[in-house]
Amino acid sequence: MSEPLFSKKNLKLLSDPMDNSNPITVQVLGICSALAVTAQLKPSVVMALSVVAVMAFANVIVSLLRNTIPNRIRIIVQLVVIASLVILVDQVLKAFVYDVSKQLSVFVGLIITNCIIMGRLEAFALGNRPWRSFLDGVGNAAGYGVILIIVGFVRELFGSGSIYGYQIIPDSWYISNGGFYANNGMMILPPMALITVGIIIWVQRSRNRKLIED
Amino acid sequence: MENLINIFIKSIFIENMVFAYFLGMCSYLAVSKTVKTATGLGIAVIFVLGITVPVDFLLENYVLQEGALTWISPEFANVDLSFLSFIMFIAVIASMVQLVEMIVEKFAPVLYTQLGIFLPLIAVNCAILGGSLFMQQKEFLNIGEASVYGLGSGVGWFLAIVGIAAIREKIQYSNVPPPLRGLGITFIVTGLMGLAFMGFMGIKL
Repeated sequence: MSEPLFSKKNLKLLSDPMDNSNPITVQVLGICSALAVTAQLKPSVVMALSVVAVMAFANVIVSLLRNTIPNRIRIIVQLVVIASLVILVDQVLKAFVYDVSKQLSVFVGLIITNCIIMGRLEAFALGNRPWRSFLDGVGNAAGYGVILIIVGFVRELFGSGSIYGYQIIPDSWYISNGGFYANNGMMILPPMALITVGIIIWVQRSRNRKLIED
Repeated sequence: MENLINIFIKSIFIENMVFAYFLGMCSYLAVSKTVKTATGLGIAVIFVLGITVPVDFLLENYVLQEGALTWISPEFANVDLSFLSFIMFIAVIASMVQLVEMIVEKFAPVLYTQLGIFLPLIAVNCAILGGSLFMQQKEFLNIGEASVYGLGSGVGWFLAIVGIAAIREKIQYSNVPPPLRGLGITFIVTGLMGLAFMGFMGIKL
């Protein structure tokens, strides 16, 4: 009972989803939004933060309610909890970062159907105490966010030559200014997100052979 | 009429749910191991999208939008309930999925056992909610356009999942590098299919 807040077991909840049980590359959850918003770094970061917020609180709320929710209607209850949190996030984004919120368009709403959240609520929050559920939520959402940020970084760097909106490739390098460099316009197109994630999976699995499927 | 055909073709090929917006990727990746189950799930998705998009269209235009409630009394002209749309749409979708589940269980029990957990999970398939949210964004003029859009998106999703399932059945016999096997190669193949679908973008409708 008197377990320290950050015991080894609890820290593992935070660190595991970063690599060994990463929600995107290993559990295959929440791919949809991961790919669609990553053409640039800024929307990727905002999306990652929104998912962390929704997921941490949804996990805590469902964990607090876990002994009172009747088993048969649990999916609806979970959806209502998630949907209300997403409405909050959506209103906050519209109020403070309107341009990013426009860029994310329907994908903020689609956090509701992000399978990571449902998946973790079902698999973890329904059977664990609130504090552990909170850590699990933050950990998984962060694991998701890391992939989002890597993909966003790669696509923005090669697709637009900038990072977080700041130009990285010097102007004089571009062909139009007499240089040798051109942006790879294909990186901004949706299919390249899939291929980038495919390559991340390839790298991760060749480093960690336990994850290989046969 | 021409307009409806345009929306249909556009939603299948040019704005394909999977290749252009990555919606419904979770079940797309998980249920695409054999063509047979993929076909079953694809049909279920066409059906659910074909119903929920027009129902959500009615909801949007007669309940949620600003001034939509004037049909009850002109006093409600300033009521704007659109912030509730997420929760209303998901409720409609969850109940429709329940309905489809009961129908499939009754008339196609084999398919029902094959689809297993993924049938109830259509409720959290982002393609379905995505269909309704895009419908809200596109501001269709009448319910006909909305239903055609829903059906078209469903057909596009169906084509994508059946295509990838066929490729995955074949790829089992190929010598893929071990770390890429399974998930990795599926991602890359989907990316290549997406590039092929981008060829349709040139079509002017």
